[in-house]
Amino acid sequence: MAVVKLTTPISEEEIRKLKIGDILYISGTIFLARDEAHLRALEYAEEGKELPLDFKGLAVFHCGPIVKQDTKGEWHVVAAGPTTSSRMEIFQDKFIEKFRISVVIGKGGMFDRTAAAMQKYGAVYGAFTGGAAVLAAKAVKKVKGVEWLDLGTPEALWIFEVEEFGPLTIGIDSHGNSLFKQISDEVEKNRAKAYEIIGVTQK
Amino acid sequence: MKGKLPMEFAPIIEKVAFNLLKYSSTVLPENAIKAIKTAYETETNPVGKSQLEAIIRNFEAGSKLSIPMCQDTGIHIYYVEIGADCPIDDLGKIEGALTRASQRATKEVPMRPNAVDPFGSNSGDNTGRHIPWINWDVVPGDKIKITAFPKGGGSENMSTVKMLKPGVGLKGVMKEVVDWMINAGGQPCPPTVVGVAIGGGADIAIKLAKKQLMRPIGEPHPMKEVAEMEKKMKEAINTTGIGPMGLGGKTTCLAVHMDYAARHPASLPMAISVQCWAARQSGAEISADGKVKYLHHKIKE
Repeated sequence: MAVVKLTTPISEEEIRKLKIGDILYISGTIFLARDEAHLRALEYAEEGKELPLDFKGLAVFHCGPIVKQDTKGEWHVVAAGPTTSSRMEIFQDKFIEKFRISVVIGKGGMFDRTAAAMQKYGAVYGAFTGGAAVLAAKAVKKVKGVEWLDLGTPEALWIFEVEEFGPLTIGIDSHGNSLFKQISDEVEKNRAKAYEIIGVTQK
Repeated sequence: MKGKLPMEFAPIIEKVAFNLLKYSSTVLPENAIKAIKTAYETETNPVGKSQLEAIIRNFEAGSKLSIPMCQDTGIHIYYVEIGADCPIDDLGKIEGALTRASQRATKEVPMRPNAVDPFGSNSGDNTGRHIPWINWDVVPGDKIKITAFPKGGGSENMSTVKMLKPGVGLKGVMKEVVDWMINAGGQPCPPTVVGVAIGGGADIAIKLAKKQLMRPIGEPHPMKEVAEMEKKMKEAINTTGIGPMGLGGKTTCLAVHMDYAARHPASLPMAISVQCWAARQSGAEISADGKVKYLHHKIKE
């Protein structure tokens, strides 16, 4: 279990060094996107429209933050924990392929389609502790921008400058390994032991 | 009611409820802090331990900075217990007072707007049709007890009601709970508190299950047979290896709290309500003379 600190944009070479179970801290630019912003970015790509930001080598954070706007119109992050990533499974692979992002940050893990894209294009999944919204907000040094506010503040495309954002547990690496798969196999093995404790035998 | 003059409670309740929302979302109750810290001490899986450490650092920072410990500040639910002998003169105004408290807390704490009209949009102030939801109870005595219980969506999504065949028995109930929590995995942000209830009917079981989440974490049910089941289910769930945030470890749940009601001969309703690690709640008791006693947090007026 290595502890690694990287700054975005992150090169494929750095990404390929990461293994499941490693702890990653990220500095630099990251952007927030949930279901709606993923959909819109992919629509832009399809229509050949330019994105408000070059995503290459950056980290996408699955998060709908609590934000506050001051009297000068500047945005501040109050709390920003991860949302459930599995909702993005339906288009994350396409998103990685089109935009060549290096890290996907969220909670709860993702599945085969995303893992395959990560292996092919060199990206990792970093699990951020669910609900740890204050830790996340503290690592945000500046709100660099916000786009697509018409989607509502939780769904908008937020661009943050972060410093040592983490800890992110590498849940899926770029070599086809998934910590989530490993754990679910182990849980399956432990099921019989759990049944024994409550006195049932059949599956 | 001898000697007690009828008085208005709604203005006091509005102020108290605001405090309850603010403190419940920014400071964990002492029993929850203790349960998570104990889990941190005993967790042996390094990844699981790192998750518990992040959780502790997070809620300590939230409490110090007085900001919500999780960005999902829940849907607004109150439990209101009115003493049958309480000299209240404005019972009809309590709902309005609690609604205004939710609106103010949304702006001032701030809390994330989490009330979405299924036929419209997010109201922006945490109120809407039937929300805040108020669970009313009439109890003996002359006090009013208000509890704010804002619960996040991720763990709420792991709730269930199942109508079991009575023939499966109590072991069958435990198996359903263990199977359900294995399927839930890391989704409800473990370590969780698992509320279980059987009997009554579908509606009664889920109400009772959710209410169990308000018990101090790990306090056993007063009936020995129930407490024994709670212990077994906790041990079984923690044997799975799901761990904190589903990233591996022996701390998957902090406790299982169970209760029951009498059942219809043909039914065995079973409900599960799951609480994430952010076991937020705050309660207060208002006595007949309007004095306020906070039950979970040290709050200065």
